[in-house]
Amino acid sequence: MREQTSFRVFRWLVLIPLAIFTVLPLYVMVTSALKPLRDVQGAFEWWPSNLTFSPFVDIWSTVPLAEYFVNSLIVTTSATAFSVLIAIFASYAISRYAFRGRGAFAGVVLSTQMFPGVLFLLPLFLVFVNIDKSLGFTAVYQTRLGLIITYLTFTLPFSIWMLASYFNGIPRDLDESARVDGASALGALFRIVLPSARPGVIAVAVYSFMTAWGEILFASQLTNSASRTLSIGLQSYANETNVYWNQVMAAALVVSAPIVAGFMLLQRYLVAGLTAGAVK
Amino acid sequence: MSVTLPKRPARRLRLVRSQHKAPAPAPRKWFTWRRSTPYLLILPAIALELLIHVIPMVVGIWMSFVELTQFFITNWGEAPFAGLDNYDVALDFSGPLGVQLLESFGRTLVFTLLVVGISFTFGMSAALALQRFRRGRGLLRTLFLIPYALPAYAGIITWKFVLQRDNGLLNELLTTLHISDERAFWLIGGNAFVSLVIVSIWQQWPFAFLMTMAGMQVITEDVYEAAAIDGANTWQQIRHITFGMMRPVNATLLLLLFLWTFREFNTPFVLFGATPPDSANLMTMHIYNSSFISWNFGLGSAMSVLLMLFLVLVAGLWALWNRKVTRNA
Repeated sequence: MREQTSFRVFRWLVLIPLAIFTVLPLYVMVTSALKPLRDVQGAFEWWPSNLTFSPFVDIWSTVPLAEYFVNSLIVTTSATAFSVLIAIFASYAISRYAFRGRGAFAGVVLSTQMFPGVLFLLPLFLVFVNIDKSLGFTAVYQTRLGLIITYLTFTLPFSIWMLASYFNGIPRDLDESARVDGASALGALFRIVLPSARPGVIAVAVYSFMTAWGEILFASQLTNSASRTLSIGLQSYANETNVYWNQVMAAALVVSAPIVAGFMLLQRYLVAGLTAGAVK
Repeated sequence: MSVTLPKRPARRLRLVRSQHKAPAPAPRKWFTWRRSTPYLLILPAIALELLIHVIPMVVGIWMSFVELTQFFITNWGEAPFAGLDNYDVALDFSGPLGVQLLESFGRTLVFTLLVVGISFTFGMSAALALQRFRRGRGLLRTLFLIPYALPAYAGIITWKFVLQRDNGLLNELLTTLHISDERAFWLIGGNAFVSLVIVSIWQQWPFAFLMTMAGMQVITEDVYEAAAIDGANTWQQIRHITFGMMRPVNATLLLLLFLWTFREFNTPFVLFGATPPDSANLMTMHIYNSSFISWNFGLGSAMSVLLMLFLVLVAGLWALWNRKVTRNA
C-alpha cells in the first residue's frame, strides 16, 4: 500500500528517538559491567579503557549475591509453581462451567488489580509478627515461607486470569467429546485441555516468575539478612554512599539475562496472554 | 462469593454450551459429584484468596480504625479503638500530616498523568510506525520490549547510575552536546521529580506499545484498502479507522496504566532509597514511610484505604463512562 511521505518521515521521527531512549541505559549496563573500577569512578566513559570480566567475579564477594540468588530462586519458583497449580483448576472451572458465584469469583480476582500493594503489606506484616509471637518461633515473619505467601497475592490472580483466557481459546468440543467418551472432569482437563494449553501454561509460569523475581515492596519489609532477595540486596547496595557501579551493572546483567531470554523465547505466547483480556 | 458446598444445590450447574445430552432429571440430591465439580475445582483458589486477599483486607480496614502505634504492633489485641481518628488526622488539611498527604496526592496525580500520557503516546506512535513495516520490525519490537522484560530493579538501578552527577551518562551527554554547562544533581531536589517521570516512562511505555500493537493486529488489511479506494490518505486512515477501532483497547489500556502508575513504589524506592526527596515522594512511598519509619500502622492503614477508595472511584467512573460510550457507539 502506498504511504505518504509525511508518514514515512513520522515513522523515523518516532522510531529513532525511541530506540535511542530504550538502548542508552541498556548500553550503559552492558559496557559498564565490562569496565575496571576506575572507569566508573570518574566522568562517564563510552567504552571500557580495557575490557575486563572481573566485575562479574568480584560482585559475588562484595555483596552476598549467591545467598540473594538462592533466596530469590526458592521464593519465586515456589510462588510460581503454587499459583500455576491452583490456577489450572480454578481457570478450568471458570472457562468450562457455568455455576453460581462464577461472576463474583472472576470479579474478585480481577478487582485485586486495583488495590495498592501497601494495603496488603501492613496487615500481612502485622499478622505475620503476631503469628510468630503466638507460635513462639519465627515461622512466617521475614522468612522465605512468609514471602512466598505474600507473593501469591499478585501471582495467583494474574495466573487465573491469563490461564482462563488460554483455556477459552481451546475448542470446547475437544473436552466435551472426551467427557462423552467417559472421561472424568479431571481426566479431560489433564489429558485434553492441559496438553493443548501447554504454551499458555508455560507463558503464565514465566510471567509469574518475572513479576515475583522483580518484586520489591513486600521483600523490603518481610525479609531479613538471611532471607533477603536479589531485588532488596541490590537496591540497598546501590543506595550506599560508595558504590562499585561496574559490579552493580554486572549483577544487574546476571539477574536479568535469564528473565529477558525467557521472555524473548516465549514472546509470542506471553503477548497473546497479556493482551487477550483487553483486545477481545 | 461465599461458596458453601453442601447447602447450595447448584441448580444451574452444567457444562457451558453443552450440546450433548442433558442427564434425565433424577430426583434432586443435595450433593452430586457432577454438580459440585466446579466448586471443588475453585476451592483451593478460594481458600487461598481468602487467606491472602480477603483476610488481609478486612484486617487492614480494621487497622485503620484502631490506634495501632509502635506499642501495639506485637500485641494488637490491646490496641485501643480509635473510631475515625486516623481518618481525621489524614484528612485534616490544616494539620501537618493532612497537608503532607494532600501534597503527595497532588504530586502523584501529576506524576501519573504525565507518565500515562507520555507512555501512551510513545506506545501508540511506535505501534503505528511499525504497522505495515517489514524490514527490521521484529528486531525493533524485541528491543522495545526489553525494558518491560527486565526485572524492575535492574532497570531502575541502571538509571540510578545514568543519573549520577559525577560519573553518570546523562550529565556527560548534556555537557558534551553543550546543552548545559554544569553538571546538575538529578537525584535530589526538584530534578528528582523529572528523573522519576523519565525512568517510569522508560519502564511503562513498552506495555502501552505491546497493547496497542495487539489492538492494531485485529484490524484487517481490507478495511484500509477499502478506505484507500475511497481516497483516504494514510493520516485519514489512521484517524478514522485505526483510532476508531482501537477505542475499546485504548480505554482499557489507559485505565490499567493509571491504576498501576498511581500506586508506583518501585521506581522511587530504588532510585532514592527509603527516604526520597520531597519532590519525588509519591503517595505509596509516603504511606510506606509513615508506617515503617514512624511505626503508625493505624494512620498508614487509613491512608491505604483512602488510596484504595480513590482507585475504586476512578475505576467506577471509568466503567460508567465506558458503558455510555459503548452504548452511543
